[in-house]
Amino acid sequence: MEGRRAAELAARQSFGKLVAWLTARCGDVAAAEDALGDAFLAALRRWPVEGVPRAPEAWLLVVARRRLIDRARRDRTLEMLLPELDAVAPGTDPETPENAMEIPDERLRLLFLCAHPAIDPGIQAPLMLQTVLGLNAGRIAAAFLVAPATMGQRLVRAKAKIRDAGIPFVLPPAEALPARSAAVLQAIYAAYTSGWDGRGEAGRDRGLTQEAVLLARLCADLLPEEPEARGLLALLLHCEARHGARRAADGSYVPLLEQEPDLWDRALIAEAEAALTQASRAGRPGRFQLEAAIQSLHAHRAVSGMVDWPALLGLYDALLALAPSAGGRVGRMAVLAELAGPAAALGELEALATAEPALGDHQPWWALRADLLQRSGQADAARQAYRRAIDLADDPAVRAFLRLRAGAESA
Amino acid sequence: MQYAVLIFESEQDFADRPGLMPAYAAYSQALAEAGHMAGGEALQSPHTATTVRLRHGERQVQDGPFPDSKEQLGGFFLIDVPDLDAALTWAARCPAAERCAVEVRPVLAMAAP
Repeated sequence: MEGRRAAELAARQSFGKLVAWLTARCGDVAAAEDALGDAFLAALRRWPVEGVPRAPEAWLLVVARRRLIDRARRDRTLEMLLPELDAVAPGTDPETPENAMEIPDERLRLLFLCAHPAIDPGIQAPLMLQTVLGLNAGRIAAAFLVAPATMGQRLVRAKAKIRDAGIPFVLPPAEALPARSAAVLQAIYAAYTSGWDGRGEAGRDRGLTQEAVLLARLCADLLPEEPEARGLLALLLHCEARHGARRAADGSYVPLLEQEPDLWDRALIAEAEAALTQASRAGRPGRFQLEAAIQSLHAHRAVSGMVDWPALLGLYDALLALAPSAGGRVGRMAVLAELAGPAAALGELEALATAEPALGDHQPWWALRADLLQRSGQADAARQAYRRAIDLADDPAVRAFLRLRAGAESA
Repeated sequence: MQYAVLIFESEQDFADRPGLMPAYAAYSQALAEAGHMAGGEALQSPHTATTVRLRHGERQVQDGPFPDSKEQLGGFFLIDVPDLDAALTWAARCPAAERCAVEVRPVLAMAAP
Protein backbone atom coordinates (compact mmCIF):
# COMPACT_ATOMS: atom_id res chain seq x y z
CA MET A 1 0.00 0.00 0.00
CA GLU A 2 2.83 2.34 0.96
CA GLY A 3 4.64 1.40 -2.29
CA ARG A 4 1.56 2.14 -4.31
CA ARG A 5 1.24 5.51 -2.59
CA ALA A 6 4.89 6.26 -3.44
CA ALA A 7 4.31 5.33 -7.09
CA GLU A 8 1.25 7.55 -7.09
CA LEU A 9 3.21 10.48 -5.67
CA ALA A 10 5.97 9.91 -8.24
CA ALA A 11 3.41 9.95 -11.06
CA ARG A 12 2.21 13.30 -9.71
CA GLN A 13 5.66 14.74 -10.49
CA SER A 14 5.28 13.82 -14.17
CA PHE A 15 1.69 14.98 -14.38
CA GLY A 16 2.39 18.61 -13.44
CA LYS A 17 5.47 18.80 -15.61
CA LEU A 18 3.57 17.57 -18.65
CA VAL A 19 0.50 19.74 -18.02
CA ALA A 20 2.79 22.75 -17.65
CA TRP A 21 4.60 21.94 -20.89
CA LEU A 22 1.35 21.50 -22.81
CA THR A 23 -0.28 24.58 -21.25
CA ALA A 24 2.72 26.68 -22.21
CA ARG A 25 2.03 25.70 -25.83
CA CYS A 26 -1.74 25.77 -26.03
CA GLY A 27 -2.63 28.34 -23.33
CA ASP A 28 -5.55 26.21 -22.17
CA VAL A 29 -5.09 24.21 -18.95
CA ALA A 30 -8.30 22.25 -19.41
CA ALA A 31 -7.36 21.16 -22.96
CA ALA A 32 -3.85 20.22 -21.77
CA GLU A 33 -5.28 18.11 -18.92
CA ASP A 34 -7.77 16.37 -21.21
CA ALA A 35 -5.08 15.46 -23.72
CA LEU A 36 -2.78 14.21 -20.98
CA GLY A 37 -5.60 12.22 -19.41
CA ASP A 38 -6.09 10.47 -22.77
CA ALA A 39 -2.35 9.78 -22.90
CA PHE A 40 -2.38 8.23 -19.40
CA LEU A 41 -5.34 6.05 -20.43
CA ALA A 42 -3.44 4.89 -23.52
CA ALA A 43 -0.43 4.12 -21.30
CA LEU A 44 -2.58 2.02 -18.96
CA ARG A 45 -3.78 0.03 -21.96
CA ARG A 46 -0.51 -0.38 -23.80
CA TRP A 47 2.33 -0.45 -21.28
CA PRO A 48 1.25 -3.70 -19.60
CA VAL A 49 1.24 -5.35 -23.05
CA GLU A 50 4.09 -3.62 -24.88
CA GLY A 51 6.30 -2.82 -21.90
CA VAL A 52 7.10 0.57 -20.37
CA PRO A 53 8.82 2.82 -22.93
CA ARG A 54 12.36 3.89 -22.12
CA ALA A 55 11.35 7.54 -21.86
CA PRO A 56 7.83 7.36 -20.35
CA GLU A 57 7.36 11.12 -20.02
CA ALA A 58 8.28 11.73 -23.64
CA TRP A 59 5.92 8.91 -24.68
CA LEU A 60 3.04 10.53 -22.77
CA LEU A 61 3.88 13.89 -24.24
CA VAL A 62 3.94 12.62 -27.81
CA VAL A 63 0.53 10.98 -27.36
CA ALA A 64 -0.95 14.04 -25.60
CA ARG A 65 0.39 16.34 -28.29
CA ARG A 66 -1.22 14.17 -30.97
CA ARG A 67 -4.54 14.41 -29.12
CA LEU A 68 -4.26 18.20 -28.95
CA ILE A 69 -3.51 18.35 -32.69
CA ASP A 70 -6.50 16.11 -33.46
CA ARG A 71 -8.68 18.31 -31.36
CA ALA A 72 -7.32 21.50 -32.90
CA ARG A 73 -8.16 20.17 -36.38
CA ARG A 74 -11.77 19.68 -35.28
CA ASP A 75 -12.14 22.76 -33.18
CA ARG A 76 -11.83 26.10 -34.94
CA THR A 77 -10.97 28.02 -31.79
CA LEU A 78 -7.90 25.83 -31.30
CA GLU A 79 -6.92 25.89 -34.97
CA MET A 80 -4.36 28.63 -34.53
CA LEU A 81 -2.42 26.30 -32.25
CA LEU A 82 -1.63 23.87 -35.04
CA PRO A 83 1.60 25.43 -36.28
CA GLU A 84 2.78 25.83 -32.67
CA LEU A 85 2.12 22.17 -31.85
CA ASP A 86 3.46 20.93 -35.17
CA ALA A 87 6.71 22.77 -34.60
CA VAL A 88 7.23 21.10 -31.26
CA ALA A 89 9.69 18.23 -31.17
CA PRO A 90 8.37 16.43 -34.25
CA GLY A 91 11.30 14.03 -34.23
CA THR A 92 10.92 13.01 -30.61
CA ASP A 93 11.15 9.27 -30.26
CA PRO A 94 10.26 8.05 -26.80
CA GLU A 95 11.67 4.60 -27.54
CA THR A 96 15.23 5.81 -27.88
CA PRO A 97 16.10 7.92 -24.85
CA GLU A 98 19.04 9.64 -26.56
CA ASN A 99 16.56 11.07 -29.08
CA ALA A 100 13.88 11.80 -26.54
CA MET A 101 13.49 15.46 -25.77
CA GLU A 102 14.46 16.97 -22.47
CA ILE A 103 11.19 18.18 -20.97
CA PRO A 104 11.76 21.54 -19.31
CA ASP A 105 10.16 22.00 -15.90
CA GLU A 106 7.61 24.77 -16.27
CA ARG A 107 5.61 23.92 -13.18
CA LEU A 108 6.52 27.18 -11.47
CA ARG A 109 4.58 29.06 -14.16
CA LEU A 110 1.71 26.67 -13.57
CA LEU A 111 1.76 27.43 -9.83
CA PHE A 112 1.68 31.17 -10.52
CA LEU A 113 -1.13 30.68 -13.02
CA CYS A 114 -3.25 28.88 -10.41
CA ALA A 115 -2.61 31.59 -7.80
CA HIS A 116 -3.20 34.51 -10.19
CA PRO A 117 -5.03 37.38 -8.44
CA ALA A 118 -7.76 37.22 -11.12
CA ILE A 119 -8.68 33.71 -9.85
CA ASP A 120 -11.01 33.39 -6.85
CA PRO A 121 -8.70 32.79 -3.83
CA GLY A 122 -10.96 29.98 -2.57
CA ILE A 123 -10.34 27.87 -5.67
CA GLN A 124 -6.58 28.48 -5.97
CA ALA A 125 -5.51 25.56 -3.75
CA PRO A 126 -7.89 23.05 -5.41
CA LEU A 127 -6.77 24.28 -8.84
CA MET A 128 -3.13 23.66 -7.91
CA LEU A 129 -3.86 20.20 -6.57
CA GLN A 130 -5.62 19.31 -9.79
CA THR A 131 -3.40 20.84 -12.44
CA VAL A 132 0.02 20.41 -10.79
CA LEU A 133 -0.55 17.04 -9.11
CA GLY A 134 -3.38 15.61 -11.18
CA LEU A 135 -5.71 14.90 -8.25
CA ASN A 136 -9.31 14.28 -9.22
CA ALA A 137 -12.05 16.67 -8.22
CA GLY A 138 -13.74 14.11 -5.95
CA ARG A 139 -10.68 13.69 -3.77
CA ILE A 140 -10.16 17.46 -3.55
CA ALA A 141 -13.85 17.99 -2.77
CA ALA A 142 -13.66 15.52 0.15
CA ALA A 143 -10.74 17.39 1.67
CA PHE A 144 -12.38 20.79 1.23
CA LEU A 145 -15.75 19.58 2.51
CA VAL A 146 -17.79 20.43 -0.57
CA ALA A 147 -19.87 18.25 -2.89
CA PRO A 148 -17.80 16.69 -5.70
CA ALA A 149 -20.09 18.16 -8.37
CA THR A 150 -19.71 21.64 -6.86
CA MET A 151 -15.92 21.31 -6.74
CA GLY A 152 -15.83 20.02 -10.31
CA GLN A 153 -17.93 22.95 -11.47
CA ARG A 154 -15.78 25.53 -9.69
CA LEU A 155 -12.60 24.02 -11.17
CA VAL A 156 -14.07 24.05 -14.68
CA ARG A 157 -15.13 27.68 -14.21
CA ALA A 158 -11.63 28.70 -13.03
CA LYS A 159 -9.98 26.99 -16.01
CA ALA A 160 -12.45 28.62 -18.39
CA LYS A 161 -11.55 31.99 -16.90
CA ILE A 162 -7.82 31.31 -17.44
CA ARG A 163 -8.47 30.55 -21.11
CA ASP A 164 -11.15 33.14 -21.90
CA ALA A 165 -9.77 36.08 -19.93
CA GLY A 166 -6.29 35.59 -21.37
CA ILE A 167 -4.42 35.04 -18.10
CA PRO A 168 -0.85 34.60 -19.35
CA PHE A 169 1.31 31.55 -18.63
CA VAL A 170 4.35 33.56 -17.53
CA LEU A 171 6.46 34.18 -14.46
CA PRO A 172 5.43 37.42 -12.72
CA PRO A 173 7.74 40.41 -13.18
CA ALA A 174 10.34 40.91 -10.41
CA GLU A 175 8.40 43.69 -8.67
CA ALA A 176 5.29 41.51 -8.39
CA LEU A 177 7.15 38.35 -7.38
CA PRO A 178 6.93 38.64 -3.56
CA ALA A 179 3.17 39.23 -3.55
CA ARG A 180 2.50 36.57 -6.16
CA SER A 181 4.72 33.99 -4.40
CA ALA A 182 2.88 34.73 -1.15
CA ALA A 183 -0.39 33.75 -2.88
CA VAL A 184 1.17 30.49 -4.12
CA LEU A 185 2.45 29.64 -0.62
CA GLN A 186 -0.87 30.56 0.99
CA ALA A 187 -2.67 28.19 -1.39
CA ILE A 188 -0.27 25.34 -0.54
CA TYR A 189 -0.82 26.01 3.17
CA ALA A 190 -4.59 25.91 2.57
CA ALA A 191 -4.16 22.56 0.79
CA TYR A 192 -2.24 21.22 3.80
CA THR A 193 -4.83 22.31 6.35
CA SER A 194 -7.81 21.32 4.18
CA GLY A 195 -8.12 17.89 5.74
CA TRP A 196 -7.66 19.12 9.29
CA ASP A 197 -10.24 21.76 9.82
CA GLY A 198 -12.81 20.51 12.20
CA ARG A 199 -11.93 16.86 11.95
CA GLY A 200 -8.55 16.68 13.60
CA GLU A 201 -6.40 13.65 13.05
CA ALA A 202 -9.28 11.65 11.59
CA GLY A 203 -9.72 14.26 8.88
CA ARG A 204 -6.01 14.30 8.24
CA ASP A 205 -6.17 10.82 6.74
CA ARG A 206 -8.74 12.00 4.26
CA GLY A 207 -6.89 15.23 3.75
CA LEU A 208 -4.16 16.14 1.35
CA THR A 209 -1.20 16.70 3.67
CA GLN A 210 1.25 14.56 1.70
CA GLU A 211 0.24 16.18 -1.55
CA ALA A 212 0.66 19.63 0.01
CA VAL A 213 4.13 18.72 1.27
CA LEU A 214 4.96 17.63 -2.28
CA LEU A 215 3.86 21.05 -3.55
CA ALA A 216 5.86 22.81 -0.81
CA ARG A 217 9.00 20.82 -1.73
CA LEU A 218 8.47 21.66 -5.39
CA CYS A 219 8.00 25.33 -4.57
CA ALA A 220 11.13 25.46 -2.38
CA ASP A 221 13.13 23.94 -5.26
CA LEU A 222 11.66 26.20 -7.93
CA LEU A 223 11.86 29.41 -5.88
CA PRO A 224 15.35 29.19 -4.35
CA GLU A 225 15.48 32.97 -3.91
CA GLU A 226 12.26 33.07 -1.86
CA PRO A 227 13.01 32.23 1.81
CA GLU A 228 9.31 31.97 2.63
CA ALA A 229 9.01 28.96 0.31
CA ARG A 230 11.59 27.11 2.42
CA GLY A 231 9.91 28.47 5.56
CA LEU A 232 6.60 26.94 4.53
CA LEU A 233 8.30 23.62 3.74
CA ALA A 234 9.96 23.65 7.18
CA LEU A 235 6.63 24.40 8.89
CA LEU A 236 4.78 21.58 7.11
CA LEU A 237 7.59 19.09 7.77
CA HIS A 238 7.57 19.92 11.49
CA CYS A 239 3.80 19.29 11.58
CA GLU A 240 4.22 16.05 9.64
CA ALA A 241 6.98 14.90 12.01
CA ARG A 242 4.48 14.85 14.91
CA HIS A 243 1.88 12.79 13.10
CA GLY A 244 2.58 9.66 15.15
CA ALA A 245 2.65 11.47 18.51
CA ARG A 246 -0.65 13.36 18.41
CA ARG A 247 -2.70 10.38 19.44
CA ALA A 248 -2.10 7.91 22.26
CA ALA A 249 -2.39 4.17 21.61
CA ASP A 250 -6.09 4.32 22.58
CA GLY A 251 -6.71 7.12 20.08
CA SER A 252 -6.95 9.89 22.66
CA TYR A 253 -5.62 13.37 21.94
CA VAL A 254 -2.14 14.30 23.21
CA PRO A 255 -1.32 18.04 23.35
CA LEU A 256 2.06 19.15 21.99
CA LEU A 257 3.71 19.71 25.39
CA GLU A 258 2.76 16.21 26.53
CA GLN A 259 3.83 14.43 23.37
CA GLU A 260 6.59 11.85 23.65
CA PRO A 261 9.50 13.22 21.56
CA ASP A 262 10.61 9.66 20.79
CA LEU A 263 7.50 9.36 18.67
CA TRP A 264 8.46 12.33 16.50
CA ASP A 265 9.94 11.55 13.09
CA ARG A 266 13.60 12.58 13.41
CA ALA A 267 14.29 12.47 9.66
CA LEU A 268 11.45 14.92 8.94
CA ILE A 269 12.61 17.20 11.77
CA ALA A 270 16.16 17.18 10.35
CA GLU A 271 14.82 18.07 6.91
CA ALA A 272 12.66 20.83 8.39
CA GLU A 273 15.62 22.27 10.30
CA ALA A 274 17.81 22.23 7.18
CA ALA A 275 15.11 24.05 5.18
CA LEU A 276 14.68 26.66 7.92
CA THR A 277 18.42 27.26 8.25
CA GLN A 278 18.70 27.74 4.52
CA ALA A 279 15.72 30.12 4.54
CA SER A 280 17.15 32.23 7.35
CA ARG A 281 20.37 32.85 5.38
CA ALA A 282 18.47 35.29 3.17
CA GLY A 283 17.92 37.55 6.18
CA ARG A 284 14.32 38.21 5.17
CA PRO A 285 12.04 36.75 7.85
CA GLY A 286 8.40 36.11 7.01
CA ARG A 287 5.26 34.58 8.43
CA PHE A 288 6.03 30.99 7.46
CA GLN A 289 9.67 31.17 8.58
CA LEU A 290 8.56 32.48 11.99
CA GLU A 291 5.87 29.83 12.37
CA ALA A 292 8.44 27.18 11.42
CA ALA A 293 10.90 28.66 13.96
CA ILE A 294 8.22 28.35 16.68
CA GLN A 295 7.76 24.68 15.78
CA SER A 296 11.53 24.24 15.64
CA LEU A 297 11.84 25.47 19.25
CA HIS A 298 9.21 22.93 20.32
CA ALA A 299 11.03 20.20 18.39
CA HIS A 300 14.21 21.09 20.28
CA ARG A 301 12.61 19.57 23.40
CA ALA A 302 13.59 16.19 21.93
CA VAL A 303 17.23 17.17 22.50
CA SER A 304 17.20 19.51 25.51
CA GLY A 305 14.23 18.05 27.37
CA MET A 306 12.84 21.56 27.91
CA VAL A 307 11.16 24.44 26.09
CA ASP A 308 12.88 27.80 25.69
CA TRP A 309 9.90 29.98 26.67
CA PRO A 310 11.60 33.42 26.43
CA ALA A 311 12.80 32.62 22.89
CA LEU A 312 9.26 31.45 21.99
CA LEU A 313 7.78 34.70 23.27
CA GLY A 314 10.20 36.65 21.07
CA LEU A 315 9.15 34.63 18.03
CA TYR A 316 5.44 35.18 18.73
CA ASP A 317 6.05 38.92 19.08
CA ALA A 318 7.85 38.96 15.73
CA LEU A 319 5.10 36.87 14.13
CA LEU A 320 2.31 39.09 15.43
CA ALA A 321 4.11 42.22 14.26
CA LEU A 322 4.35 40.74 10.76
CA ALA A 323 1.13 38.74 10.44
CA PRO A 324 -1.38 39.38 13.23
CA SER A 325 -3.90 36.58 13.76
CA ALA A 326 -6.22 35.35 16.50
CA GLY A 327 -4.39 32.01 16.64
CA GLY A 328 -1.04 33.79 17.01
CA ARG A 329 -2.33 36.04 19.81
CA VAL A 330 -3.71 33.09 21.78
CA GLY A 331 -0.49 31.15 21.20
CA ARG A 332 1.49 34.05 22.61
CA MET A 333 -0.71 34.06 25.75
CA ALA A 334 0.00 30.36 26.32
CA VAL A 335 3.71 31.19 26.29
CA LEU A 336 3.19 34.18 28.57
CA ALA A 337 1.43 31.91 31.09
CA GLU A 338 4.60 29.83 31.35
CA LEU A 339 6.75 32.92 31.87
CA ALA A 340 4.58 35.22 34.01
CA GLY A 341 2.17 32.73 35.55
CA PRO A 342 -1.47 31.90 34.78
CA ALA A 343 -2.95 34.91 36.62
CA ALA A 344 -0.99 37.48 34.61
CA ALA A 345 -1.74 35.71 31.32
CA LEU A 346 -5.42 35.43 32.25
CA GLY A 347 -5.68 39.21 32.59
CA GLU A 348 -4.13 39.76 29.19
CA LEU A 349 -6.29 37.04 27.64
CA GLU A 350 -9.45 38.83 28.85
CA ALA A 351 -8.11 42.10 27.47
CA LEU A 352 -7.63 40.41 24.08
CA ALA A 353 -11.29 39.45 23.93
CA THR A 354 -12.38 42.96 24.88
CA ALA A 355 -10.38 44.36 21.99
CA GLU A 356 -11.49 41.59 19.59
CA PRO A 357 -15.02 40.32 20.35
CA ALA A 358 -14.72 37.66 17.60
CA LEU A 359 -12.52 35.70 20.02
CA GLY A 360 -15.73 34.84 21.86
CA ASP A 361 -16.21 32.04 19.32
CA HIS A 362 -12.55 31.07 19.03
CA GLN A 363 -12.05 27.58 20.45
CA PRO A 364 -8.35 27.90 21.35
CA TRP A 365 -9.13 31.09 23.32
CA TRP A 366 -11.68 29.21 25.47
CA ALA A 367 -9.44 26.16 25.89
CA LEU A 368 -6.56 28.32 27.09
CA ARG A 369 -8.85 30.36 29.34
CA ALA A 370 -10.24 27.18 30.92
CA ASP A 371 -6.73 25.90 31.55
CA LEU A 372 -5.53 29.19 33.05
CA LEU A 373 -8.61 29.50 35.30
CA GLN A 374 -8.07 25.96 36.51
CA ARG A 375 -4.41 26.63 37.19
CA SER A 376 -5.27 29.78 39.18
CA GLY A 377 -7.76 27.84 41.31
CA GLN A 378 -10.98 29.42 39.95
CA ALA A 379 -12.89 26.14 39.77
CA ASP A 380 -16.40 27.42 38.88
CA ALA A 381 -15.24 29.78 36.14
CA ALA A 382 -12.94 27.05 34.79
CA ARG A 383 -15.83 24.60 34.55
CA GLN A 384 -17.88 27.08 32.52
CA ALA A 385 -14.95 27.88 30.22
CA TYR A 386 -14.33 24.17 29.62
CA ARG A 387 -17.96 23.71 28.69
CA ARG A 388 -17.67 26.45 26.05
CA ALA A 389 -14.33 25.09 24.76
CA ILE A 390 -15.86 21.61 24.42
CA ASP A 391 -18.90 23.00 22.57
CA LEU A 392 -16.67 24.83 20.10
CA ALA A 393 -14.32 21.88 19.45
CA ASP A 394 -15.09 19.88 16.29
CA ASP A 395 -12.57 17.10 16.82
CA PRO A 396 -14.15 14.36 18.99
CA ALA A 397 -10.74 13.42 20.45
CA VAL A 398 -10.15 17.02 21.54
CA ARG A 399 -13.63 17.15 23.13
CA ALA A 400 -12.89 13.96 25.07
CA PHE A 401 -9.56 15.38 26.19
CA LEU A 402 -11.15 18.61 27.43
CA ARG A 403 -13.90 16.70 29.25
CA LEU A 404 -11.21 14.72 31.03
CA ARG A 405 -9.38 17.93 31.99
CA ALA A 406 -12.58 19.55 33.23
CA GLY A 407 -13.34 16.43 35.29
CA ALA A 408 -9.84 16.31 36.81
CA GLU A 409 -10.48 19.79 38.14
CA SER A 410 -13.75 18.95 39.88
CA ALA A 411 -12.40 15.65 41.24
CA MET B 1 -6.41 40.39 -27.36
CA GLN B 2 -9.03 43.09 -26.91
CA TYR B 3 -10.40 44.02 -23.52
CA ALA B 4 -13.11 46.44 -22.48
CA VAL B 5 -12.10 48.57 -19.51
CA LEU B 6 -15.48 49.47 -18.01
CA ILE B 7 -15.49 52.59 -15.89
CA PHE B 8 -17.74 52.70 -12.86
CA GLU B 9 -18.38 56.05 -11.23
CA SER B 10 -20.12 57.35 -8.16
CA GLU B 11 -22.55 60.24 -8.29
CA GLN B 12 -19.73 62.48 -7.06
CA ASP B 13 -17.47 61.31 -9.90
CA PHE B 14 -20.13 62.24 -12.43
CA ALA B 15 -20.44 65.65 -10.80
CA ASP B 16 -16.65 66.10 -10.80
CA ARG B 17 -16.22 65.27 -14.47
CA PRO B 18 -15.00 68.66 -15.69
CA GLY B 19 -12.14 68.41 -13.20
CA LEU B 20 -11.36 64.82 -14.20
CA MET B 21 -11.16 65.50 -17.93
CA PRO B 22 -7.42 66.31 -18.02
CA ALA B 23 -6.62 62.98 -16.30
CA TYR B 24 -8.77 61.05 -18.78
CA ALA B 25 -7.23 62.94 -21.70
CA ALA B 26 -3.74 62.03 -20.46
CA TYR B 27 -4.77 58.40 -20.01
CA SER B 28 -6.24 58.20 -23.54
CA GLN B 29 -3.11 59.76 -24.94
CA ALA B 30 -0.85 57.29 -23.09
CA LEU B 31 -2.92 54.37 -24.42
CA ALA B 32 -2.77 55.73 -27.96
CA GLU B 33 0.97 56.38 -27.81
CA ALA B 34 1.60 52.84 -26.58
CA GLY B 35 -0.45 51.55 -29.51
CA HIS B 36 -3.12 49.95 -27.30
CA MET B 37 -6.12 52.18 -27.97
CA ALA B 38 -8.89 50.42 -29.88
CA GLY B 39 -11.81 52.68 -29.00
CA GLY B 40 -13.97 53.96 -26.20
CA GLU B 41 -16.60 56.48 -25.19
CA ALA B 42 -17.69 58.43 -22.15
CA LEU B 43 -21.40 58.23 -21.32
CA GLN B 44 -23.64 60.98 -20.01
CA SER B 45 -24.66 60.69 -16.39
CA PRO B 46 -27.21 58.06 -15.23
CA HIS B 47 -30.10 60.54 -14.92
CA THR B 48 -30.16 60.62 -18.73
CA ALA B 49 -30.61 56.83 -18.95
CA THR B 50 -33.76 55.03 -20.08
CA THR B 51 -34.25 51.29 -19.65
CA VAL B 52 -36.27 49.30 -22.16
CA ARG B 53 -37.71 45.79 -21.89
CA LEU B 54 -39.84 43.84 -24.33
CA ARG B 55 -42.36 41.63 -22.49
CA HIS B 56 -44.93 39.56 -24.41
CA GLY B 57 -44.28 41.74 -27.42
CA GLU B 58 -45.01 44.85 -25.41
CA ARG B 59 -42.46 47.57 -24.90
CA GLN B 60 -41.85 48.62 -21.30
CA VAL B 61 -39.94 51.83 -20.91
CA GLN B 62 -38.61 53.01 -17.59
CA ASP B 63 -36.72 56.05 -16.44
CA GLY B 64 -33.23 55.35 -15.04
CA PRO B 65 -30.27 53.06 -15.54
CA PHE B 66 -30.08 49.26 -15.23
CA PRO B 67 -29.16 48.12 -12.63
CA ASP B 68 -30.08 50.76 -10.08
CA SER B 69 -26.91 50.76 -7.97
CA LYS B 70 -24.81 53.44 -6.33
CA GLU B 71 -22.01 53.10 -8.87
CA GLN B 72 -22.90 53.40 -12.52
CA LEU B 73 -21.25 52.67 -15.83
CA GLY B 74 -19.74 55.97 -16.91
CA GLY B 75 -17.89 54.90 -20.04
CA PHE B 76 -15.40 52.45 -21.42
CA PHE B 77 -12.11 52.06 -23.20
CA LEU B 78 -11.43 49.32 -25.69
CA ILE B 79 -7.80 48.32 -25.42
CA ASP B 80 -5.67 45.92 -27.45
CA VAL B 81 -2.97 44.24 -25.33
CA PRO B 82 -1.27 40.82 -25.27
CA ASP B 83 -2.89 39.36 -22.13
CA LEU B 84 -4.86 39.95 -18.91
CA ASP B 85 -1.77 41.04 -16.95
CA ALA B 86 -1.17 43.87 -19.43
CA ALA B 87 -4.89 44.74 -19.38
CA LEU B 88 -4.88 44.93 -15.56
CA THR B 89 -1.79 47.14 -15.61
CA TRP B 90 -3.55 49.59 -17.94
CA ALA B 91 -6.81 49.35 -16.00
CA ALA B 92 -4.99 50.32 -12.81
CA ARG B 93 -3.77 53.49 -14.55
CA CYS B 94 -7.30 54.55 -15.47
CA PRO B 95 -8.39 57.55 -13.31
CA ALA B 96 -11.52 55.70 -12.18
CA ALA B 97 -9.44 52.93 -10.56
CA GLU B 98 -8.43 55.25 -7.75
CA ARG B 99 -11.80 56.90 -7.26
CA CYS B 100 -14.27 54.06 -7.78
CA ALA B 101 -13.56 50.90 -9.78
CA VAL B 102 -12.90 49.57 -13.25
CA GLU B 103 -13.94 46.19 -14.57
CA VAL B 104 -11.84 44.42 -17.16
CA ARG B 105 -13.57 42.06 -19.60
CA PRO B 106 -12.19 40.33 -22.65
CA VAL B 107 -14.05 41.11 -25.85
CA LEU B 108 -15.69 38.06 -27.41
CA ALA B 109 -13.69 37.35 -30.54
CA MET B 110 -15.93 36.68 -33.54
CA ALA B 111 -14.73 34.20 -36.13
CA ALA B 112 -13.85 35.91 -39.41
CA PRO B 113 -16.71 35.57 -41.99
